[in-house]
Amino acid sequence: MAFQPVLTRFVREPRSFTLDFYRSHDIGYEALRKAVTTLQPKEVIEQVKAAGLRGRGGAGFPTGLKWQFVLTDTPKPKYICCNADESEPGTFKDHLLMERNPHLLIEGCAIGCYAIGAKVAYIYIRGEFFHVQKALERAVEEAYRAGFLGKNIFGTGFDCDVYLHRGAGAYEAGEETALLESLEGKRAQPRIKPPFPAVSGLYNCPTAVNNVETLANVPLILAHGPEWFLGIGPEKNNGPKLYCVSGHVQRPGVFEAPMSVTLRELIVDYAGGVRDGHRLKAVIPGGSSTAVLLPDQIDIQASFDGVAKAGSMLGSAAIMVLDETTCMVWLAKNLLAFYSHESCGKCTPCREGVDWLLNLLTRIEGGEGQMKDIDLLLDVSRNIGGKTLCPFGDAEIAPVVSTIRHFRSEYEEHVREGRCTCGADWRARRPVLAAH
Amino acid sequence: MDYAPARFHRSQRQLAERGEPFAFSPENQATFDAAVTHYPPERRKSAILDALYLVQGQQGYVSRASMRFVAQQLGCTPAEVEDVVTYYVMFFQRPVGTYTLAVCRTLSCALNGAEQVTEAFSDTLGIGVGQTDPSGTFTLLEFECLGACDRAPVVMVNNDHWQERLTPDRVPEFVEDLRVRGLAALSGCHHKVE
Repeated sequence: MAFQPVLTRFVREPRSFTLDFYRSHDIGYEALRKAVTTLQPKEVIEQVKAAGLRGRGGAGFPTGLKWQFVLTDTPKPKYICCNADESEPGTFKDHLLMERNPHLLIEGCAIGCYAIGAKVAYIYIRGEFFHVQKALERAVEEAYRAGFLGKNIFGTGFDCDVYLHRGAGAYEAGEETALLESLEGKRAQPRIKPPFPAVSGLYNCPTAVNNVETLANVPLILAHGPEWFLGIGPEKNNGPKLYCVSGHVQRPGVFEAPMSVTLRELIVDYAGGVRDGHRLKAVIPGGSSTAVLLPDQIDIQASFDGVAKAGSMLGSAAIMVLDETTCMVWLAKNLLAFYSHESCGKCTPCREGVDWLLNLLTRIEGGEGQMKDIDLLLDVSRNIGGKTLCPFGDAEIAPVVSTIRHFRSEYEEHVREGRCTCGADWRARRPVLAAH
Repeated sequence: MDYAPARFHRSQRQLAERGEPFAFSPENQATFDAAVTHYPPERRKSAILDALYLVQGQQGYVSRASMRFVAQQLGCTPAEVEDVVTYYVMFFQRPVGTYTLAVCRTLSCALNGAEQVTEAFSDTLGIGVGQTDPSGTFTLLEFECLGACDRAPVVMVNNDHWQERLTPDRVPEFVEDLRVRGLAALSGCHHKVE
C-alpha cells in the first residue's frame, strides 16, 4: 500500500495525544499560524474550496461552501460547532481521532473560527465518550497554555475559545440542527430548514456545523496545500478518508485510505476478510442508515460518488460486514429497534411509523407474520421516507426496504416456515431476549 | 442567586416532592459555575446537561427535587428540566445500583454476541434488563451503539467506564471481579497504547 496515512499516522505511537508530540511530529499548529499570520479569512475558505474537501459526517457537502454561506454582514457572533456526536451505528473513526490525535481537531476548530469570523467553537461530544472527552479536555488545556487558543493568538489579535459540550445519549443529536437544540439546553430535535444554520444556527446566530474528521482535514490542507489534497483519491472525492470496518471480519478497526480504494479491498485487504470458515453475505457500506449491498456489488470505489452509483451511500463510512449466518429479517429488526428507541418524536411519520415497522418485523421474525406483512412493510416505509424534517425517516426505512429488495425470499421463508431458519451461534438463546 | 422567573407560569410544572431537597456540594457548585461561563450570559440553559451530570454524580440519580434546583440555577422552569431529563438516556430518574451495566445491543455488537452477553448478565445476576439486583450493586441496561464497534461487544459501566470484548462465558467472572475490585476490573479503552 503506497498510501501513507496522514490523519492516523501516529495514533499507535505512545503519547501521540500530547502537544509536544504533535509539535514535533505532526502539523503542530503551524497551519493555524500560517492562516492567521499570512492569510485573510476569505483566502482560507478559498483554499478549503480549492481542495474540494467534502464533509465527512455523512452528506458529503463541500466544506468550503458551507463556510462561505455563513452570514458575514451581521453584528451577531458566529460559531463553529464540531459534531463529535458520532452515533451512527458502526462508526468509530472520530473516537480514535479525538482520543489519539486531539490537537489536529482543535487546530481545525481554530482555523474554522478564523475563516468564518467566529470567536467560539463548541465541540459537541457524545455522552458515552467520557474517556475521549478527558483526552480532549487535556489537549484543549495544553493548547490554551501554549497560546494556540485564547486571546491574541500569535499576536495577531485573533481570539478563539474552544469549549467541550457533553451530550447525554441521543442519536438524533448527530443531526446538525438537533445538535444545536441540544447545545441550547433542549431536547435534541431537528429544526425546520430553512433557515439553515449558516444564517440562523446556535442562539439564532450564523453557525457552521462540521464533523470531527472534516475539521481534522483542514490543518492538513493549509499545511500541505490544496494541490496535495487534490492529488489523493479520485476526482471530486479527494483527501484521506477514515473507514470503520466492523461486524464479521477478522480484524475490525479504523483504516485510512484514499477514496479510490474499493469496498472489497477494505474488507479483504485491510480488515482481513470475513471470519474463518464463513462467506460474505452482505455489506452495509455507510452506517445503519444506508442500503445493504450484495457481495457482487462491492467491487466499487468506496467514495461518496462510487457508493451512490451502486444505489447506497458512503454516509459515515461505517462498513458493517455480514456473513452467511446473519438472518436479514433479524438484521432489519435489530436496526429498527435502534431507530424506534432513538426517534426523537417530533415528526409523526417517523415516530409512529418506526413502531409499526418494528412490530411487523418482530412478528415476521417470530414466525407469526403473514405474506401481506411484507408489502405492508414497504407501504409503511413509503409513508415515512421523505416526509420528515430530518433524514432520520429515510434512514430508518433503508434497512427494511433494501433487505426486502435483495432478500425477499428470506422474509417469505420466515412466514412459510413460521420461524427463523438461520439459527446463528451468536444470537440470543432465549426467545424473550431475542424478541425485545 | 435565584434565577427562576419571578411570576408563576403554568408551564412551571409542580413536580411532586420526593425525598430530600437538593443542593450542589460546594465543589460541584464551583464546577457548575465554571461550566456556565462557556456560554453567553443569557444562555445559562446551555449548561443543563453539565448540571444534570453533576446532580447524578452527587446523588446517583436525578430526583424531582434536584430538577427544581437545576431549574433555579439555570433560570428556566422545572418543566423544561424534566423535558430534558426524560429525553436523554444517560440520566436515571430513580436510584440505580452501584454499577450500571449498559450492554451495547446495536448491530456490530449484536453480530459479535451481545445478545448472549445480556443473557449471561441476566442469568448471573438473576435480573432482567432495566432491573437492579437485590443487593443494589448492579443495574442491567441495554444501550444503543456506543461507538466502539471494532471492540464488540462493549459494556459501559456507570456512564464513564468501558469494558471491551466481553464474551458471554466470561460474564460471571467479570461480575465477581467488578464486585471485588470495582472499576479497576474494567479493560478501559484499547486505543491506549502507553
